[in-house]
Amino acid sequence: MKNGWRNSTFKVNFYSWLFLLPSLIFLTIFTFYPILKTIYQSFFQSMQGEHDSVFIGLDNYKYLMEDEVFWEVIKNNIWYALGTVPTSIILAMMMACFVNAKIRAKSWIRTFFFYPTVIPTIAIANIWLFIYTPGYGLINHILSWFGIGSVNFLGQSETVMAAMIVMIVWKQAGYFMIFYLAGLQNIPTNLYEVAKIEGTSAWNTFKTITFPLLMPTTLFVFIISLTNAFKLVDHIIVMTQGGPNNASNLLLYYIYQVAFRFWDKGLASALTVIMLMIMVIIAVIQFFSLDRKIHYS
Amino acid sequence: MKFNFKKNVVLTLTLFLLILAGCTNSTTTKTDDISKGSKKEKIELSFYFPVSVGGPVTKIIDQLAEDFMAENPTIKVNPIYAGSYADTMTRAQTSVQGGNPPDLAVILATELYTLRSMDAIEPLDRFIEDDYINDFYEGFLENSQADGKTWSIPFQRSTPVMYYNKEAFAKAGLNPEKPPKNWDQLLSYAKKLTIKDGSGEVEQWGVEIPSSGFPYWLFQGFALQNGKNLMSDDGKEVYFDTPENVEALQFIVDLSRKYGVMPKNVIDWATVPSDFMKGKTAIMYHTTGNLTNVKNNADFEFGVAYQSANKSYGSPTGGGNLYIFKDIPEEHKKAAWKFIKWLTTPKRAAQWSIDTGYIATRKSAYETKLMKDYVKSFPPAAVARDQLEYASAELSTYNNGRIYQVINDNLQAAIVGDKSPAEALKDAQQEADRILKPYN
Amino acid sequence: MKRIFRFCMYFLALLWVIPLLWLIWTAIRPSQLATSLSFSVDFTLDNFIDAWQKAPFAQYYLNTFYIVFGILIVQLITATLAAYVFARLNFWGKKVIFILILVQLMIPIDVLIFPNYNVLRDLSLLNTKLGIMIPYFATAFGIFLLRQRFKSVPYELEEVAKLEGCGILETIWKVYVPLAKPTYIAFGLVSVSYHWSSFLWPLIVTDSAQNRPLTVGLSLFAQSFETGAQWAEVSAATFMVIFPLLLAFFIFQKEFISSFMQSGIK
Repeated sequence: MKNGWRNSTFKVNFYSWLFLLPSLIFLTIFTFYPILKTIYQSFFQSMQGEHDSVFIGLDNYKYLMEDEVFWEVIKNNIWYALGTVPTSIILAMMMACFVNAKIRAKSWIRTFFFYPTVIPTIAIANIWLFIYTPGYGLINHILSWFGIGSVNFLGQSETVMAAMIVMIVWKQAGYFMIFYLAGLQNIPTNLYEVAKIEGTSAWNTFKTITFPLLMPTTLFVFIISLTNAFKLVDHIIVMTQGGPNNASNLLLYYIYQVAFRFWDKGLASALTVIMLMIMVIIAVIQFFSLDRKIHYS
Repeated sequence: MKFNFKKNVVLTLTLFLLILAGCTNSTTTKTDDISKGSKKEKIELSFYFPVSVGGPVTKIIDQLAEDFMAENPTIKVNPIYAGSYADTMTRAQTSVQGGNPPDLAVILATELYTLRSMDAIEPLDRFIEDDYINDFYEGFLENSQADGKTWSIPFQRSTPVMYYNKEAFAKAGLNPEKPPKNWDQLLSYAKKLTIKDGSGEVEQWGVEIPSSGFPYWLFQGFALQNGKNLMSDDGKEVYFDTPENVEALQFIVDLSRKYGVMPKNVIDWATVPSDFMKGKTAIMYHTTGNLTNVKNNADFEFGVAYQSANKSYGSPTGGGNLYIFKDIPEEHKKAAWKFIKWLTTPKRAAQWSIDTGYIATRKSAYETKLMKDYVKSFPPAAVARDQLEYASAELSTYNNGRIYQVINDNLQAAIVGDKSPAEALKDAQQEADRILKPYN
Repeated sequence: MKRIFRFCMYFLALLWVIPLLWLIWTAIRPSQLATSLSFSVDFTLDNFIDAWQKAPFAQYYLNTFYIVFGILIVQLITATLAAYVFARLNFWGKKVIFILILVQLMIPIDVLIFPNYNVLRDLSLLNTKLGIMIPYFATAFGIFLLRQRFKSVPYELEEVAKLEGCGILETIWKVYVPLAKPTYIAFGLVSVSYHWSSFLWPLIVTDSAQNRPLTVGLSLFAQSFETGAQWAEVSAATFMVIFPLLLAFFIFQKEFISSFMQSGIK
């Protein structure tokens, strides 16, 4: 039997490219071209109002190296990642194990864990802003029952980052739970039966069977949550604007400030390039640690 | 088997084009509207405005626009609410950069240099008749004029004022008709007004001075009370780290950290009025733009006074002016000017002040019967106006956004205790000098 | 041990639901009570009415619908075509293109706010709904997800379709699309909930109520009270924004959860 158009190499190539064209056009305009353009622009200085830009080599990067705010932002972002990533992963794993077991009100519990995922970050920020508000917020009401005075969570540098981390963990742990649920369902049940017969304790079963077999999921979740730590900044706009004194400022929000409040295009480009480098580093980690077959092929 | 080559190509391409067409349709509607409008010779003005006071300002503005259109059927005003002052500025800048500026906007008076260095705004002198501009308070015009030209018209202007709870004063044994006049009194009154419960938790603070969002504004008041303004008249230099300013900042920090009469750390601008109305603080520093809100919602008697003096009284002005943008058709500029003139007639300025608490920007507004009656029935309405005698221009420089960021960050650093006031202001000075260097 | 774990997890579940209850509690009580925690039985819808009247939420809703489904429809088309090509055809440059598309998975468009703003300006698409949507029209994620599914479609089915005289597009439409329906639903849910939530990009791109999505409208609304936070009204507005998503989630819980599962792991 003949394969029709498939026999013609030309036609196969033609169709392939034709069908890829829409995707490629948009990818080119909104991913490849902007990336190259940003790298190029990061070597120029063009301040607000001035239409001509001047080539200044690496000066934007040199400026950043001396910029206290930049280092503060990088430091914050690392803390933010360290605070959100492991906590979310551990909680998600616990949630999944719990929801996967035979428990009462299972679907309700699962719903409770998962629902924050479907709420926009900006709405979450509104909710938590009022939870954290000194004097009237939920947490301060509860603290006052124990005779503890009002704590200004978002207004002091010691607590602001922790407050945001708690909120983000609340938002994303349920999302990661879902991946773990999927992972758990792929673990053959007979492994557990054997463990039961051998009388292995619940904790040992988790340590020797569940945890290792969930490793691919953990790596996958690790990558997503790490990327999120650099991507999720919506809440800052509503809650703190990066304050007090940049204690809650993150890289992407700093890009937003430099680009759209200061209009320093060169610096904004340099910051974007640094952001891109971080994304590439994460991708490299992913490449070396993940069995890519699990997800992409 | 024969395969329909052409049909497939055509199908794919049509599909793709359809998508694009569908999308572009939605974007062209806007221009369609405008061209239709011009057939009827209607001029359409886009008007950005921020909301930063309580009360239904959006509604008031919409109503004003409608009244104006009823009187001027050839002009259509589209008021566009653009968020806070900072958001509105960002929006306007974004639109100017995008080549599609609004026709007019209410933007902070202090953005003058930034808007000028972007070449975004139109000087208004050719529209202005002499007696018109002379009727505005000089304190407000300071932020409007540069290089001998007038670039904006004062509109929703304010100063910080002191609100105090008369009942709390009486309870603390203070005379409710005598608010603190100077820093020493402010401190000693605040000490008396701070009430703790049995466990040592504060039930009522002596004073709250907000420090979120734009802490520089309230700090500037203290700086002025203690010496001179924070910047040069041409907006190219700042004077943050003078000994007087360090002393001023030290005083603010001490109120919370040393004397415990004010909450520690960053005090949120938006919760301060709630605290005041709930009796959690006896005194608050806040914008006069809040007056009507407090008047309508406080269930106790309160007074309004000047910010306390040290070497002298002092206050920055604040709030937004009306700007007309540059890259718009001449007839739009004329229409925009007509609207501005209409908005700032004495009677409307008076009504605006009564509705919101902002200061009516024209002297003659206070001569209207409307305003006279209001002040008679509610004397605090005139306090902010009277304080103008001691007011100076709000902090305004080239590259304003960045300077604000630097001073705000450092003020907050001092307020949360990360830096000493001297360190904070020194850092702010250095950073600001670096930013302003290209302009000197 | 097991009991402690279970107790902790039930407690955690309770903690997790509290913010939502707090939001609803604040929203349905008179605004002057928002600052106290007294347990009175006052109930009011005034906050919702006020919020609805003070900002054009109806318009924001329409905009969000338009944007979210606009993105989805185009994504479905571009992704389907590309996925088919990657799943079934061998063509010149396949590997290179495949890697190029991987780049988008590595570098989320969300971090390119500044360069993409410039692109949009050059295309004169600022302050349009198309401007919000267009960067997301190509979706590497969708391509990979669908390609995955298409690969598992038995090749014989395509042969049969061809025997019946179907062209290439017809084959995709009649054979692949119906078989990949669960994947489409999964992708659709993920895409819709993602774009429903997106904030920073539309904030930068839009400057009029005509084009603002709900998230941007909500943040403007929440920030419009500098004289004193109006928690009750903001809570009501927040609830209005999240309500459709929550409702959809409660109704389609199973589909939702299994879609999100599929979206990550296959």
